[in-house]
Amino acid sequence: MTTLVAGAVVVVLLAMTVFLLIRAWPAVRTAGGDFLTERQWFPDATPARFGIAALVWGTVVSSILALAVAVPVAVGSALYVTEYARPAVGRWIGYVVDVLAAVPSVVYGLWGLLFLVPRMVPVQRFLAEHLGFVPFFDNPDGVYGKSVFAASVVLALMVLPIVAAVSREIFRQVPQELREASIALGATRWEVIRTSVLPPSRSGVIGAVILGLGRALGETIAVALVLAATFEVHLRILEPGGNTIAANIATKFGESGDVGRSALIASGLILFAITLGATMFARRVIRRSALR
Amino acid sequence: MSASSTLKSGRLGHGQAVGAVGAGVAVTVLAFWLTPLQGRADFGVVAYLAGTAGYLLAAARTEGRRSVVDRLAAVLMATTVGVCLLALGSVLIYTAVRGLTSMDWYFFTHSMNGVGPRDDAGGAYHAIVGTLQQVLLASLIAVPSGLLVAIYLTEYGRGRLASLVRTVVDVMVGIPSIVAGLFIYAFWVLGLGRGFSGFAAAMALSILMLPIVVRSAEEMIKLVPPSLREAAYALGIPRWRAILKVVLPTASAGITTGVMLAVARVTGETAPLLLTAFGFDSIQNDPFSGPQSSLPLFVFGQASSAFGAAVDRAWAGALTLIAVVLLLTVAARLVTRRNRLV
Repeated sequence: MTTLVAGAVVVVLLAMTVFLLIRAWPAVRTAGGDFLTERQWFPDATPARFGIAALVWGTVVSSILALAVAVPVAVGSALYVTEYARPAVGRWIGYVVDVLAAVPSVVYGLWGLLFLVPRMVPVQRFLAEHLGFVPFFDNPDGVYGKSVFAASVVLALMVLPIVAAVSREIFRQVPQELREASIALGATRWEVIRTSVLPPSRSGVIGAVILGLGRALGETIAVALVLAATFEVHLRILEPGGNTIAANIATKFGESGDVGRSALIASGLILFAITLGATMFARRVIRRSALR
Repeated sequence: MSASSTLKSGRLGHGQAVGAVGAGVAVTVLAFWLTPLQGRADFGVVAYLAGTAGYLLAAARTEGRRSVVDRLAAVLMATTVGVCLLALGSVLIYTAVRGLTSMDWYFFTHSMNGVGPRDDAGGAYHAIVGTLQQVLLASLIAVPSGLLVAIYLTEYGRGRLASLVRTVVDVMVGIPSIVAGLFIYAFWVLGLGRGFSGFAAAMALSILMLPIVVRSAEEMIKLVPPSLREAAYALGIPRWRAILKVVLPTASAGITTGVMLAVARVTGETAPLLLTAFGFDSIQNDPFSGPQSSLPLFVFGQASSAFGAAVDRAWAGALTLIAVVLLLTVAARLVTRRNRLV
């Protein structure tokens, strides 16, 4: 019976993938090669013009930016828990990280839209006015608000607990003898971390980061609420606008016709492929690094 | 007197450290008083930087370079923990403050039937009903099948099928929640022509729950000491009875925790519900026919509106949702703490 259920899970998942492919096909056939290169999203217009170029760009940029914000904080707090804090304090920080992970994404979205975005306007203006010569921070219109940068900060908060929790486990696995050897040679606490804790954990932390990337790529509702949907490809992360595959599905689904929904399913398959690649890679890296 | 000439280098005293930080903060206070600098957040940032600078400068006067670097690293790591606390605190406190102002008995006992976005009326009763039914149905699907898959993988799984099942569970962990919604939309809603319903939402949620249940149950079953199992076999008990009467009860606390965490996770899911339950303003007590609302969908719908009354409802819904999810998470932790296997 357990074999039957296990087999059934496999069969159901395969069947669903087949259904997705069937439903995605009409849109892909309509768009042809433009599906990969077109930026606009008008699948229900005649003639239909739609493609995932802007969506994939927005998904990748916002996720990478989120990681750039989240990873230092996550790894730092994980190191604090394992290397600095007393066990009781460390346990409490662990609870805090767990609670951060448990907060639903729609709540992050609401908080990001109504609390964080207005408060980030001065920060964004500061960056644009003082670092505007860097292409990322250029914002010629001088309008600030629902930008890719703001969305990435919200995403960063959602990625943080995963990266922090996995890195913490990895740092815990580092044998105590390695640390004691460094201490015996007169190393300071930071030198212990740099020479004995980080090198053996490196690939494990990379795995944790990619797991976080998987979460950031697939996050839907928070991005849908925080971003003002536009379909552009550029590096100016402080400009309002931008979009991701997942957020586009959430915002466009209700108003789409047959071709539109088929196109959304096709874009969802692309998202699935991207996250699948990332998580499989992460799993392999983590498995290889397992210190046993 | 240089630090290297003596056997023991100088060390920054506790009082000196506090004094140095205080000096940095005092400089900031002066700067905000005398110059055009202003703003509470700006003050916090500048005071933090000046305090840290004072601390490190004081350390550099008495200690060697390595020790200063060590102190800098400690400050940075404590800062990252502070950032985590600040983020969590602001999400929870802001949601609680905004939610409590618009949450009342009326909110829990009325639906959104016939309520416009600008009306200061309506509530989340229909959404709460939907969430309860969808999560319950999802658990009814995912928990038994997840347990069976976990038992299969730990007790029986050998060869090709086992490694295939393992890969599929690995893949399922990485499925973005919106893609789980698309699966059910393409398969159930369109493919089999069953339309939007609470049950479709429950199926999408169960796709997200299943791998969490399998993973945690697998880990817990692996922790059951082999000696217990061997004792059962020695008494001549068949394998299935040993699993049912010895292995599962021993692992039950851990499995319960995993199940509760999985329930907490899917209760907050919004994205898959958009494509499966679709949302509905009136009370829909039958999860098997027609669109249904749910708490996350309710919050998302109200938050997308620009009107104050709708946004107030969104905050009240968000607070309800957070309360449910956090209660489940804390309860799950308490269950493990009380009966610890190992």
